[in-house]
Amino acid sequence: MAFVQEPLPFDPGALEPYGMSAKTFEFHYGKHHKAYVDNLNKLTQDTELADKSLEDVIRITYGDAAKVGIFNNAAQVWNHTFFWNSLKPGGGGAPTGDVAARINSAFGSYDEFKSQFKNAAATQFGSGWAWLVLEAGTLKVTKTPNAENPLVHGQVPLLTLDVWEHAYYLDYQNRRPDFIDNFLNQLVNWDFVAKNLAAA
Amino acid sequence: MPLTRRQTLGLLVGSAATLWLRSRPAVAEGEPSEIYTLPPLPYGYDALEPVIDAETMQLHHNKHHGAYINTLNKALTPYRQWHGLPIEDLLRHIHQLPTAIQKTVRNHGGGHANHSLFWQSMAPNGGGEPMGELATAIAATFGSFSEFQTQFQQAGLKHFGSGWVWLVLTPQGNLAITTTLNQDSPLMQGQVPILGNDLWEHAYYLTYRNRRDQYLEAWWQVVNWPWLSDRYAQMRALLA
Repeated sequence: MAFVQEPLPFDPGALEPYGMSAKTFEFHYGKHHKAYVDNLNKLTQDTELADKSLEDVIRITYGDAAKVGIFNNAAQVWNHTFFWNSLKPGGGGAPTGDVAARINSAFGSYDEFKSQFKNAAATQFGSGWAWLVLEAGTLKVTKTPNAENPLVHGQVPLLTLDVWEHAYYLDYQNRRPDFIDNFLNQLVNWDFVAKNLAAA
Repeated sequence: MPLTRRQTLGLLVGSAATLWLRSRPAVAEGEPSEIYTLPPLPYGYDALEPVIDAETMQLHHNKHHGAYINTLNKALTPYRQWHGLPIEDLLRHIHQLPTAIQKTVRNHGGGHANHSLFWQSMAPNGGGEPMGELATAIAATFGSFSEFQTQFQQAGLKHFGSGWVWLVLTPQGNLAITTTLNQDSPLMQGQVPILGNDLWEHAYYLTYRNRRDQYLEAWWQVVNWPWLSDRYAQMRALLA
């Protein structure tokens, strides 16, 4: 059974008015994400990993030097699908309801969360990801290099932002901080965070 | 183009340099913002077109390289005894630096050193093949120049995420192809980088997008082999 690329949860042009262009999706979803899926299928073909869930492949191959290629591609397939779901046209701003309460309780305020998330995303040196995770029952902001993700650290991922340069170079070039601000102000899908929290 | 004194100094190896670093008195020179400065490009921003577009060169030189220097200078400001040294020396002796600045020097100092070499390694009307001792050493190590190119491109394509692909001179005086993560410099491992290609997406995304393979292939057209052949001969002489 081959791994499949999940469809985008919105039209590729849907975020165009909110600072993420259709052009970016043409490459980010159409080329980068697709290549990770294709590579993963090639690398796991006719192996026992081909029948595992994507999450299991990630956990099994993490830290195994002989399987680093499989880990990288599997984790990137998962990370990108999670990222598309972290986005919503006209999202962003402060959350409401239960998510707001959890953010306030963990960070003191939404502004403090924002500042920690911005800092994590801006200081992830090189390719990687910024995350909001649940760790031992508490919300926490983290960052990971390259393909690494919270699944391998025993955390529950709630929200992510891709800070590989391919995620923002066509729209923001070197201005990663502007890309991060735009995500927080116009794109964060708090419904997805609420769903992940409820399921945790 | 001969190597500058700064580049030659950056090659100091072994205990002499270590002693020199340790015995260096605290000096107060220049404004902190000028500890390191952005070296001007040795050609125009559009000089490498169509292989590397002018917008990429502007952003890469002014913004990316410029930002590495700004962050590096800011971190080094309180550490006056470490001012005024070639960045290559700080990288080579990274573990002797105060712990508080090691990471910044590794990332942003590495970025400064790597990019400084990168600009020099390219030229308009570049391409062709290495010459002299470098040509001989490449043929002896890899079998042929085209085999070296193939291996260099494969290593660059296979490297996951941000980083660099290098032709280095090992402490034993051999040539080798390596890759490093992010802005890590081969100098931190006692190697001398002869030639490096930038694998960060910012180096190629505007023109080549996801096709790193096409960038690696096209890049040979702008490689400055006369300068690199000269550099190799000088590095060898210093090791001898």
